[in-house]
Amino acid sequence: MTALIDETTTDPGVDEKYHGLTHEEIDRLGAELDALRLRIIADLGEPDAAYLRKVVKAQRSFEIAGRALFYLPVIGWVPAVAALSVSKILDNMEIGHNVMHGQYDWMGDPTFNSRMFDWDTMAPAENWKYGHNYMHHTYTNVVGKDRDVGYGILRMDPEQKWNPYYLGNPLWAFLLMTFFEWGVAVHDLEAEEVIAGRRPLFGGENAPVWRRIRKKMGKQILKDYVLFPALTGPLFLSTLAGNAVANLVRNIWTFNIIFCGHFPAGVATFTLEETENETRGQWYLRQMLGSANITGSTLMHVMSGNLSHQIEHHLFPDIPARRYPEMAVEVQEICERYGLPYNKGPLHKQLFSVFRKIVRLSFPGGTTKAAPVRGPQAVTEDSLAA
Amino acid sequence: MTALISDPAAPSLRPRRALRTAGAAPLGMLLRSRLVGALASPHGVDSYLERFNPMWAAHDVRARIVSIRRETDGEAPVATLTLQPTATWRGHRAGQHVLVGVELPGSAKRHTRAFSISSAASGPGEPITLTVRAHDEGQVSSYLVRHAAAGEIVHLSQAQGEFTLIESPATPTISRLVFITGGSGITPAMSMVRTLLRDGYHRDGVAHAGRKVTFLHFARSPEDQIFADELAAIAEADNGIDVHLRYGDQLFSEFELRRLVPDYQDTDTWLCGPPGLVELVKAAYDGSTRLQMEFFKPAVARAARPGEEIEGDVSFTRAGRTVAASGASLLEQAEELGLKPEFGCRMGICFSCTRTKTAGTVRNILTGEESALPDEEVRICVTAAAGDCHIDL
Repeated sequence: MTALIDETTTDPGVDEKYHGLTHEEIDRLGAELDALRLRIIADLGEPDAAYLRKVVKAQRSFEIAGRALFYLPVIGWVPAVAALSVSKILDNMEIGHNVMHGQYDWMGDPTFNSRMFDWDTMAPAENWKYGHNYMHHTYTNVVGKDRDVGYGILRMDPEQKWNPYYLGNPLWAFLLMTFFEWGVAVHDLEAEEVIAGRRPLFGGENAPVWRRIRKKMGKQILKDYVLFPALTGPLFLSTLAGNAVANLVRNIWTFNIIFCGHFPAGVATFTLEETENETRGQWYLRQMLGSANITGSTLMHVMSGNLSHQIEHHLFPDIPARRYPEMAVEVQEICERYGLPYNKGPLHKQLFSVFRKIVRLSFPGGTTKAAPVRGPQAVTEDSLAA
Repeated sequence: MTALISDPAAPSLRPRRALRTAGAAPLGMLLRSRLVGALASPHGVDSYLERFNPMWAAHDVRARIVSIRRETDGEAPVATLTLQPTATWRGHRAGQHVLVGVELPGSAKRHTRAFSISSAASGPGEPITLTVRAHDEGQVSSYLVRHAAAGEIVHLSQAQGEFTLIESPATPTISRLVFITGGSGITPAMSMVRTLLRDGYHRDGVAHAGRKVTFLHFARSPEDQIFADELAAIAEADNGIDVHLRYGDQLFSEFELRRLVPDYQDTDTWLCGPPGLVELVKAAYDGSTRLQMEFFKPAVARAARPGEEIEGDVSFTRAGRTVAASGASLLEQAEELGLKPEFGCRMGICFSCTRTKTAGTVRNILTGEESALPDEEVRICVTAAAGDCHIDL
């Protein structure tokens, strides 16, 4: 990223460019993506609603099965944990995350309305929607503004000034993964603002945020660690442990999927200055350069809530995620024509790349090179050469 | 009245009451308990019950369409739908309406509209009837009359509205009542008349309202007359109710009303009908507090075509402020008035600024798509007025 900016500011020939494209090209890019967006929105209907209902039905079935299997001593435990883990993953990703993005608001069904929905995790919907839908999706990868860059506790970009605390980067990341749902819930207290002395932890503007967190955590704890275990009577401890493991499985899976979305090598970050007075086309470009996809099976895409199509999700956050695979074909084609990188790879590759970054950035310095933007010019030359 | 009793399609209301409450109460209490609520958190017990049977509910109200019977044919046909609500239905007072939500085939979008209940006052879990006219522009009414089938499930609200018989029919008084209705505005009055007859006294097997009732109704033509047979039967029986039907050019006249009910301004009167009738009757009652009325939704100005100057006012109903539509986003227009609605990205992606448009036509700035649906949620940062519109803000 830094290299890219230096280049654009020192080379007079590309002064007019923003991240490798001319403003005219960016406008055209924006228009193409807008057209794709309109085409899919016009096509939304019965199949999308049916799909969501099918996933919800499956999730509820896994949940009921999971809760019930805990009554079966010993042999029921592993299948119970597995069913409950699947239930929580579906609930949080393909259903919760996507519904709370407003992807299904058009259905007019209060059950699937972004303002009504809440999910089976510690983070209260209202807090999360502000931090995620507004802050993260509007200011994606803008260091110092997008609070999802390192979540306020990790060093995930060289632009973040190093200090000895970051030597623990891998450990902090491991702890965040283990306690991910708790981390996501307290994320909205904006700890870095508290540490900087700009607001009290539980008072001031944090008061309503904290009140909602307490209330939601209370409900989740009551359900998973008191009531359902108690309902299984003598199997109390076994059920409690099972619920904890199901929550842990969900934590590990969601953490890994989410970290593959913005942190693999080649993903660009941005400064606040360069995003001032950003055009719609520039916003689109930033979303594309700032996200990465995971390739894999249909099952993997469903279990990731189609966040494996992070690029498409960031371009079109309010379009039902089940449309991302078909949109990805066109987005990829657009990227090729404009000479833009399209960051994708299998889960293990993206994970390793993220892991390497976490370790590298625990030490001072470090560079992350954004994948180069070749520009449509280069593409044309390539095709002429071929 | 006799028509109602002998009509096999009409629900028999009384015998079920005892059965349903006895059977449903303990289970309902358990399902609505805090324990079950905590176990089903955050999705709620209904989202699990629905999975097994759409008619099982602890909080939500739904109904199964039992039967659909055509009342009139022609260009705008009318049908009466008999609905069996879930046990969560709390019942209704005569004259109230209910919101009905249906997913129209092909679009998967739920559309919700208000309809008056035409059956007599109901108790918890008891069946009700809706009498609906299929308007050309009314997608929901058209669907219910022409395409819906018995067995389908619709979404309901609880009964709402204050256009009801003030005194309980169960505590009869002898004061005289007047109903003046036009077109499908007859439905809430029909519910009241049916309730009066059901809960009045019976003499020689004939129901009597127990008081004097004047029912004045205006319809386009005898062919368009809803409840024609039942009204004829009511008119014929010795039940205290006088029915006066007027067709076509026979407009409401104060002179005629005075002849029927000399002291009408001092008589409890319920009025429901199209704007023209409402205006005439209102003038005749000259501000009398005895007149209660229910309006049909006010007509909303046509939306401007693209390129055409936008004409209309944006009303922010909660703030009580109105401004001429400028083509700017509703968010900007609100801010120009000094209002401070919540917002986030200001580009239509975060849904922070979502508000309800209660009436009127708006245009989505991103897609250019126009919509005139009532009670529609819009993102005010990417929505502009395309004519008169009301925003709940």
